[in-house]
Amino acid sequence: MNVIAHQVALIAQRSLKRTARQPGVWIPPLTFPLILMAVNSNGLKAATHLPGFPTRSFLAFFVPFSFMQGALFASAIAGTDLARDIDTGFLNRLALTPVRGAALLLGEIGGAVGLGTIQAVVYLTVALLAGVHIIAGVGGAALILLLAILVATGFGTLGLYIALRTGSGEGVQSMFPLLFFLLLVSSMNLPRNLIEVNWFRDLATINPVSYMIEAMRSLVISGWDAQALVLGFGFAGALIGLSLLLAASQLKVRMART
Amino acid sequence: MISVALGLAYRQLTVLFKNPSLFLPPMLFPLMNFMSFAGGLSRLRHVPGFDFHSGYTAFTFVFVLLQSAAFGGVFAGFGIARDFEYGFARRLLVSAPRRSGLILGYALAALARWLMIATLLTIVALIGGMQVGGNGVDLFGMYALALIFNVVGLLWACGIAMRFRTVQAGPLMQTPVFLLLFMSPVFVPLSLLTGWIHSVARVNPLTFLLEAGRGFIDGRPTQVAMSFGVGAALLAFFAVWARTGLARAERAG
Repeated sequence: MNVIAHQVALIAQRSLKRTARQPGVWIPPLTFPLILMAVNSNGLKAATHLPGFPTRSFLAFFVPFSFMQGALFASAIAGTDLARDIDTGFLNRLALTPVRGAALLLGEIGGAVGLGTIQAVVYLTVALLAGVHIIAGVGGAALILLLAILVATGFGTLGLYIALRTGSGEGVQSMFPLLFFLLLVSSMNLPRNLIEVNWFRDLATINPVSYMIEAMRSLVISGWDAQALVLGFGFAGALIGLSLLLAASQLKVRMART
Repeated sequence: MISVALGLAYRQLTVLFKNPSLFLPPMLFPLMNFMSFAGGLSRLRHVPGFDFHSGYTAFTFVFVLLQSAAFGGVFAGFGIARDFEYGFARRLLVSAPRRSGLILGYALAALARWLMIATLLTIVALIGGMQVGGNGVDLFGMYALALIFNVVGLLWACGIAMRFRTVQAGPLMQTPVFLLLFMSPVFVPLSLLTGWIHSVARVNPLTFLLEAGRGFIDGRPTQVAMSFGVGAALLAFFAVWARTGLARAERAG
């Protein structure tokens, strides 16, 4: 067990350092969601005048969007880094060593989780400075951070699977629009009960991303909502589990030791 | 100059069709945005003061059309940067008798690509039940504005690509365009925006194009002279920007 932990630590350290050394990789995920949050929360402020809109502050309503977008960036970063390792032959060299597949997967995701944690803290701090009041209090804020990190881990692991499957950075990048589509057809802009178009509301209802957003949102605008939290954490956990399974099975193919 | 432009445009389109990874994202993004806005935000038409007769689908269609036009130009800029990075553009500079034809060629290719995207977007919007209040002349005006914006986007990205000559300049091409787009009345009319976004949107040149485009599709043309004036000014400014970029690339060798 200690050996695996040591291997995870070494690979995670490498992953974190690699992310930190590339400002072009970590600056956009930190700034872009904040810019969009600032612009969209003002552009959509009129929505708060709709009957039944759950809060007077669209910024408070929209805060979870930043965490979700940051998580999608985590997916692209983790995937692209692993794809580069495949492309440069690093993964093949690792296959010659006694490193375990599980250690490799957990370690490779280190950079994305590290960045996801920093992102979550930054987004939350900026939201609080901008005047967002979290109804669930300090405990709620901590839970938002935890969920944001879990979601970033889930999407990061999905990025690893895509990288292992396609073996190319371009392959990972080309999947990004599809993942972004999940965010677009969710309840990110309006509560589901206020979505007027049936097919869109149905898509948002079967989209797990809606529940991750709604769990974070509930803590900000309505307090402790057990159902929303169970669904949000449940889907985040399912995303991590499923992505890990897929990535592990694909890793066996990619790292076949002869 | 024309032969250089046509030759380069043909080559760009051939490269594009042979690489779905270059062709599909610019095509999918506007469609996804359109679905998201028209489907997810249509309730906004019930906000007090929202005055647009043709419905929210038409309201949001104009924004997505302009967005696709701008990003059609910007994505073409990626291709220019790639040509410089791989050395192909240097061979073009050596072989072209009139180098301005290179900008024209890239612009023609960008235009052809955007026309395909615009056609698909329009078909999807009509299938989705978009109501059109304007007549043929109005619609011609709307598409003309979008076409101008496509060329402006290309000239902007071309200027950046020729100055930096690397694909790494991609964010520099995209981000300002993205900000310009979203600091306009995207989701609701200008009159319903409040705070700093209203102040910014009021002086944003895109707002004039957007409001005129929405007026055209609604059959109530507004700000027509102003929008085409702004479009012409943007074209002139960014033509100089792209040409001076080409001069820089020529000097760099």
